[in-house]
Amino acid sequence: MPDSAPVGRTDAELIAAVLNGDAASFEPLIKKYQPRVFATARRYARRESEVEDIVQEVFLKAFQKLGSFRGDAPFEHWLMRLALRTCYDFLRAHQRNREMSFTDISREETDWLERFVVSPSDASEQAAAARELVQRVLAQLAPAARLVITLLEIEDRSVKEVALLTGWSVPVVKIRAFRARAQMRKFLEKLAREKYL
Amino acid sequence: MNIAELQKKLLAAARAHRPGEEVPCAFEKRIMARLAEKPAMDLLSIWNRTLWQAVAPCVATMLLLGVWTFLSQGSDNPGETLAADLEDSLYVPLDNQTEAW
Repeated sequence: MPDSAPVGRTDAELIAAVLNGDAASFEPLIKKYQPRVFATARRYARRESEVEDIVQEVFLKAFQKLGSFRGDAPFEHWLMRLALRTCYDFLRAHQRNREMSFTDISREETDWLERFVVSPSDASEQAAAARELVQRVLAQLAPAARLVITLLEIEDRSVKEVALLTGWSVPVVKIRAFRARAQMRKFLEKLAREKYL
Repeated sequence: MNIAELQKKLLAAARAHRPGEEVPCAFEKRIMARLAEKPAMDLLSIWNRTLWQAVAPCVATMLLLGVWTFLSQGSDNPGETLAADLEDSLYVPLDNQTEAW
């Protein structure tokens, strides 16, 4: 994709231009940050159409709320917080669909689990089946649990960073992380029962 | 099955796979088109925002007036002032009648 963003215009200049009524100056901001927003959205939504809807929603909200951006932190941080909240809203809106059984897991996932049961070290975490399985387990978690597990355990962020991103307090993040890990274990136990009992 | 080990393994699998940053072609154009569709701000939201912005100054003015009233009453003898005011109010019709006669 050709990059036609004006050279030399900083985020602050582009934002000021948008706030002064030049809506076209928002386009270079979208071009610059959309890859990161897409990557974030893909953590929480699987279907590409859903991912696109989330990203669109993020930038529409960013445009509408740009006046509330104070500029004391980089625009990227503000935008990523907005992206994360939009993903959280998406998870909450779709949480009814997450009740499902583990009986429909694929042949590859079953094979991977069987390899794990026989010899845990032989079951590679690089395997596509492991990735599918973890997505299946994450999809079962409550929205807050999924968010906190993704940020803390998968993206390796600190509790403080998660608190900043989500707007939750540090103790709330710790409590939610504890509950999320317990919830994930519960689903794995259910999986073990359904497949091996 | 060792559940704790399985949990670790699955989380490691998720960590090992970073989601892609690919963007559909001309996606920014789609967003800009959506932005052009809707008006920048409608009258109702301007009115709504103005009302919310007026809340803080109104509350501050109310508090200041309350404090001022309380302090100005406290400097006199409030009981006496109230009684005198009540008496004046009651006698106003009579005073007016006397003046008319």
